[in-house]
Amino acid sequence: MNPTLSFFYFLSFLTVLSALMVIVSKNPIHSVLYLILTFFTLSGHYILLNAQFLAAVNIIVYAGAIMVLFLFVIMFLNIKDNHEEAKTNLTKIAAAIVGGTVFVILFGAYRKTILMPVDPATFDSQVGMIESLGKLLFREYLLPFELASILLLVAMVGAVMIGKREIGERHF
Amino acid sequence: MELTEFVIKTLTILVVFVLTLVIAMYSTWGERKVAGFIQDRMGPNRAGPGGLLQPLADAGKMFFKEDFIPALANKWLFIAGPSLAMLTALLASAVIPFGSTFRYDGVEVVLQGVESNIGILYVFGVVALGVYGIMIGGWASNNKFSLLGAIRAASQNISYEVAMGLSLIAILMMSSSLSLGDIVAQQHGGNWNIFYQPLGFIIFLTCSFAECNRVPFDLPECETELVGGYHTEYGSMKLGFYLFAEYINMFVSSAIISTLYFGGYNYPGMDWVYNQLTASLGTTTGHNIATLIGTGVFFGKALFFIFFYMWVRWTLPRFRYDQLMNLGWKKLIPLAIINIIITGASVLFLKPFITSLLN
Repeated sequence: MNPTLSFFYFLSFLTVLSALMVIVSKNPIHSVLYLILTFFTLSGHYILLNAQFLAAVNIIVYAGAIMVLFLFVIMFLNIKDNHEEAKTNLTKIAAAIVGGTVFVILFGAYRKTILMPVDPATFDSQVGMIESLGKLLFREYLLPFELASILLLVAMVGAVMIGKREIGERHF
Repeated sequence: MELTEFVIKTLTILVVFVLTLVIAMYSTWGERKVAGFIQDRMGPNRAGPGGLLQPLADAGKMFFKEDFIPALANKWLFIAGPSLAMLTALLASAVIPFGSTFRYDGVEVVLQGVESNIGILYVFGVVALGVYGIMIGGWASNNKFSLLGAIRAASQNISYEVAMGLSLIAILMMSSSLSLGDIVAQQHGGNWNIFYQPLGFIIFLTCSFAECNRVPFDLPECETELVGGYHTEYGSMKLGFYLFAEYINMFVSSAIISTLYFGGYNYPGMDWVYNQLTASLGTTTGHNIATLIGTGVFFGKALFFIFFYMWVRWTLPRFRYDQLMNLGWKKLIPLAIINIIITGASVLFLKPFITSLLN
């Protein structure tokens, strides 16, 4: 087996294992840490695909910013007394149905996927590099790109509006 | 990859690693000497000449102290905290270009651990991860002061990362490359970025003070309010790792500052020196010596910024927490955005105008 392939298998094993541990762990802090590990292994996959920019951005945005906020919130919750609130059977059944449906949809979509055959002779290995990605984003996909940025701006303004102190309201 | 190339890369990475550790170790000595000088006293002067063996003595003391884990602490995370802090601190030095190339037997070796075309993003990602060591350690201690210190550290790092990233964007717009090697190469011939980006430099410097948890932004370990901050419960080498990681971060950020804004291994008149050396010593030896001089200049710049960190630490008092947050969100971020707009306008309009005037 060539080293890239064996490394891919090792990385995939690690990804699946840490993703499972996110669900299995009792302690929410451990779950978050395993989720961070999952993001790391996903970045490893991006690097194997020679998409370095995506890997770096994945680490910066997900592992570096979003998960810090997750950890932040969970640390503030007092999870020491660890009594799990009793879930009714109805919730459990509903959760099982929703989860099962997602699984079926994903499985069906995956089964129908036609993998494009890649010709190693003509394949451009630099396609995931930031230069080509930037050119593609700012030429062919300029409108969706700008629309997404406007969406983010609107979300940011909304977050500021929600977090703003009302007149006469005291936070401390 | 060929075997020789692999061996060369391994050796480069090892050298970078050892250099980072040694410089961080001697910054602890330097810190005390600088503090001593500023406060008009001697500083360490018992262990070895001028106290030069003091870091070794400290490390020995740290290692031989009792390795204590509090009874109610989360054991694994308590150990993982300092390890992560150390790991993330050491990761960033991999992409710093310490010098140009080294010729040996017809092979050109770049004095850089990894030449990556996303270099600066890599550094930024690693910096973003630096907060985990502190947060995990602070939470796992099961102490409210530790937790408060960790929370402070986390919110401070997140806030200043934003301004830091925005100040970096201005540099990237000018250099149109993310690779640190390219950014340094473009500053050749006195073309340093500090002359074009003074505002960006000040923002970046302030944010790196905050990211390293150094005075005046060392609120996570503010002892008048939080006992010891996130490392209240730590002792022995685990505490040592936290303190050591801070010094490594200081070195790395100083190196990054000199790379981004002060031309890295470039210095005025380096072409003249290079030509003189290659003319008198031949292309191989002369080139190597010129590279070594450049590397020396780079370390000189980095060490100056380490000194600057210490200078500020023993000169300025600490901020209050709301002042810190106001500075980060209400002053630095708008300033950084204005800087981006000015840079963009100059790159678009001013640069073609000046080039047309000069030609």
